[in-house]
Amino acid sequence: MSGTQSSKLTRTLIWLWTATVLLFLYMPMLAVVLASFSKQRYFRFPITRYTTEWYGKTLESLSVRDLLWTSLTVAALVTVFSVVLAFFGALAFARYDWKGRKLYQKLVLLPIFFPQAVLGLALLLWFSALGVITSWQTAVFAHMIWIVPIVILIMSIQAYSFDPALEEAAFDLGATRWQVLREVTLPILAPGIVSGAIFAFLLSWGNFPLSLFSTGADSTVPEWLYAKMVSGYTPMVPTLGSLTMSAAALLLLIVYLAWLASSVRRKRHSAPADS
Amino acid sequence: MARLLHWLKNPGVLSALPASLFLLVGFAGPLLMVLGYSFMPPKTFTLDSAPTLENFVSVITQSYYLSFLWSLILAAITVLLLFPICYPIAYGMAKLFGKWANLVTALIALPLLISENIRLFGWVLLLLKNGIIDGAMQSLFGLPLSGMLYTVSAILLGLVYVYLPFMLFPMVIGISMIPDTLKEAAFDLGATRWQVFREVELPLAMPGILIGSILTFILALGSLAESKILGGQVIVMIADDIESAFTFAQNWPKGSVLSVLLIALSGLIVYILFRRIDLDQIIGRR
Repeated sequence: MSGTQSSKLTRTLIWLWTATVLLFLYMPMLAVVLASFSKQRYFRFPITRYTTEWYGKTLESLSVRDLLWTSLTVAALVTVFSVVLAFFGALAFARYDWKGRKLYQKLVLLPIFFPQAVLGLALLLWFSALGVITSWQTAVFAHMIWIVPIVILIMSIQAYSFDPALEEAAFDLGATRWQVLREVTLPILAPGIVSGAIFAFLLSWGNFPLSLFSTGADSTVPEWLYAKMVSGYTPMVPTLGSLTMSAAALLLLIVYLAWLASSVRRKRHSAPADS
Repeated sequence: MARLLHWLKNPGVLSALPASLFLLVGFAGPLLMVLGYSFMPPKTFTLDSAPTLENFVSVITQSYYLSFLWSLILAAITVLLLFPICYPIAYGMAKLFGKWANLVTALIALPLLISENIRLFGWVLLLLKNGIIDGAMQSLFGLPLSGMLYTVSAILLGLVYVYLPFMLFPMVIGISMIPDTLKEAAFDLGATRWQVFREVELPLAMPGILIGSILTFILALGSLAESKILGGQVIVMIADDIESAFTFAQNWPKGSVLSVLLIALSGLIVYILFRRIDLDQIIGRR
């Protein structure tokens, strides 16, 4: 083809551009990690003295432990509830054919297209009108309004590749509805469920706009970081920021390794049968 | 009645029910309530007064159009900047990177899982007076580069930074819907690179590009953290106004009117887009 020469150049340029943008995406996070090792009370660059003392102080702080515990509880509950709701929601989205599906697909995704700060304020109004006192429990509810649709979307991508014939075969062989769900549908959708759960957990863990208006007297890590950024800066801000980033990275690494291990095991199982 | 019962027995309807009911209570309910409050007299905290348009009049006659305008302008510039930034990457991910595409996807998606606050705080450290960029310029070239933080450009940088993946991923799906054979055919018929881009690629990738642009535009329109963390008090965006009406001013009806106007604007845009798009085709690629 005549375009080969130029397409090689294009390819290089596109790779270079992608690398630049990736650097742009990660630069602020590197900056936070760098600042967490600075000894000074107020951040200045170049850093003259390095220390890890702020890590010790952050981990010892009782209020930080409270924050971590609140964030963790909220994220864990959001994950469990969202995955259950979204599992069925995704089946309705992609697997079954029913009258009203097109409308459902559009309506159920609306919260993703909605400014979160406004949603948080609307929920604040809603809670106080219903006489519900806001706390971390209402934050679980608020996070789910935004996270359930996202998890439905993620699981639907998996559910689209679902072959209905597999379920029908199980029914023909005499399986009950519950057996089909547990032994056919769930295992096939498992990868979508896992990625949906990871997204649910980390999006709740990092959420700020919804938490800001729905946690009441309780506080999550992102809320505390924001409050300290705006007034009362302490070097614990970059330190706690780095800690939560490392925790997220660690979680993803564990999930990735578990996935690698299971795919190796599956290969070993199927290898003798293949050959 | 019998038909309704029959419809309800469909497994699709049954499985749609839990999530739909949940969103009815948690999403539709609060929004209807905001709509209700927007017609209440100023500074009331109940819904039992006679409906009035007072708040709409006061919002329109006061200077709120300024924050609406700032939000609209910044959201529009964000989309316009993200298009050329994302297109080459999306093209690479859909057509060139092959097995590396998964890695690039993961690397771009990972920051989404880190709190927006932490990432924006990173920009504060970079842009701050005596921060990383200023400090490095001073010690390397003796040129101070302060005054970057708390500007409109800093807010814009934050918006472009935070919403990049929301533009990129739908664009990748859009571009991967272009069959390579069509492009080759256009080249064979003597089209230039630019003609192929404008007359083959762009129209075919349009559903994905549109979804990405609208998503970015709407999220940027209602953004709060960027202007607060990177903008200081330099300008007021509409979400700031809504927040202060609900919190400091304790004027729920006014906050509700501003929300209703923002929602109506976003809703109009989403409606125009969604009317033309088939989600099965885009997500399921059937």
